[in-house]
Amino acid sequence: MNLVDDQSNSTNATLLNETESHKISAHSGEILNTEQVPVRFNETWFSYNSEPVVRDINFSITQGEFAAILGPNGSGKTTLMKLALGLLKPTSGQVLLFGEPAESFTDWHRVGYVPQRTQATESRFPASVREIVNFGSYSGFSPLAIFRRGRTSQVDDALEMAGITNLADRRVSDLSVGQQQRMLIARSLVRRPDLLVLDEPVAGVDAAGEEQFHTMVRRLNRDLGITIVMVSHDIGAVMREATTCACINRDIVFHGPVHQLDAQALSGLYGFPVDVLLHDPEHTHR
Amino acid sequence: MPEVFQYEFMNRAIIGAVLVGATAPAFGVYLVLRRLSLIADTLSHVALAGVAIALLTKTFTSVVALAATTAAAVSIEELRMRRLLPGDAALAVFLYGSLAVAVVLISIADGFNSTLFSYLFGSILTVTETDLWWMASLAVVIVVFMLLFSSELAQITFDPDLAKINGVRVHLLNLGLAVLTGATITVSMRVVGVLLVGALIVIPVLVSLRVTKGLTRTVITSSIVGVQVAVVGMLIAYYTDVAPGGSVVLTAISLLAIVEIGAFAKRMTSRSVHDQVIANHTHAHDSHAHGAVVDSDFEHDEHSHR
Repeated sequence: MNLVDDQSNSTNATLLNETESHKISAHSGEILNTEQVPVRFNETWFSYNSEPVVRDINFSITQGEFAAILGPNGSGKTTLMKLALGLLKPTSGQVLLFGEPAESFTDWHRVGYVPQRTQATESRFPASVREIVNFGSYSGFSPLAIFRRGRTSQVDDALEMAGITNLADRRVSDLSVGQQQRMLIARSLVRRPDLLVLDEPVAGVDAAGEEQFHTMVRRLNRDLGITIVMVSHDIGAVMREATTCACINRDIVFHGPVHQLDAQALSGLYGFPVDVLLHDPEHTHR
Repeated sequence: MPEVFQYEFMNRAIIGAVLVGATAPAFGVYLVLRRLSLIADTLSHVALAGVAIALLTKTFTSVVALAATTAAAVSIEELRMRRLLPGDAALAVFLYGSLAVAVVLISIADGFNSTLFSYLFGSILTVTETDLWWMASLAVVIVVFMLLFSSELAQITFDPDLAKINGVRVHLLNLGLAVLTGATITVSMRVVGVLLVGALIVIPVLVSLRVTKGLTRTVITSSIVGVQVAVVGMLIAYYTDVAPGGSVVLTAISLLAIVEIGAFAKRMTSRSVHDQVIANHTHAHDSHAHGAVVDSDFEHDEHSHR
């Protein structure tokens, strides 16, 4: 597993120097090009009104990983993702997206994002599912964009991958929460991203919908090689689906392979005793 | 030709109503769906402060009001973007601040009450040819802006974060949207007045959202509804001799009430049809079950007779 674990302080200085020369060292000792590291946090801090929300974050997510960000409510999970996507600017430190500072990143076709909710899902947004998924095919300002309408094969493929071809003409506001999440996944898949960031994607989804959703994301990671970063507070889902996990409660409490996540780390994370039933890694669906 | 169209001032008022009715709700779609309707109210109060400054200094009201709304729109957007103030709080500060400026200036001047009344509630007598040129120019700018940035505006309206990650320059477009909203309010105030222009931006959109699907269709339908209510309201103002702002907004609200009642009736009808289908289904099921018992009994009776 290409896990870059910068929590080992002894390597921090070396890693930073190596980043400057576009190379970093993997946990296994393998030297990785920055292209192989979709997300990298370097001593990242972020504060609202001088109150730190995340503190001194140092870890990376390498290509092909299914990384989970786990933590209690208010622990800074969503802030961490917004920093990774350049939606927030670090108070200090740096966040690199495919080797570039996230706030000046421009290669957005490589990144897909599925938020927990959109502002439109709570209003009477008049667009159809196909119109929203078609937003994913946007490739920059074009003065004649309004005259270029019609079906594109990428949109059809994305609808099919998300299993919502039958909902293509349905109005967005008529969808269930689970269907809306699938629509947002389809939207993010149109340009076949290298990195897909999911922010608590199954919050409010029923058990059956949750299982379907995780099966789909698992396939995207395993079959298409898309790097997945999933923010979650569902320990069970993280243990089943992810390959690596970063536990955050303002600081990083744990970062490593998910099978190394133990009761002690989780108890430290949540502040009360947590028992963990671990699957034998050889017998999981990975 | 009906008498109403024989007066030049009335023709100007009707043309103004068409231009304002078409442009104000088209922008309103993006504001309503983003729950930013309050920005229209805020900028209209800023425009009022601009009018008061212009009347006091005896300068061209539209220019001063446009400068005031543009400065306010940019400041509000910057405050929101930099998170210096929460979105609602920034709007409230500008709304009450500009209203306070207007009240102070009006108190100092104490002489332009009748002129001010026409800016507050609109007037069919005061729409000049210059106003019409302003309105027509702005309508062209708005149409071009909306055609050029149709995809970007739709994406920002759906979700600004997703739009940004898709490569859309959210901040610049938000600025453009806010500045053009201020400009729309400035040129519309001669027709419907600063206090009621917000209603013309919002209410036709609510009607349109109820009757149509698709974002582009919603924008077009909102404009059509806006033109209808503005013209009808203007004619009512002429025949009843009331301020056009009030009659335009009451016309729009009446149309909204009709559409909402229609939608409610449709929901109730489809619910009763649905209940009827369930009742029929249940009845059929019961009859079938009951029938089986009867047949069985009959069979039993038959057997017993034998």
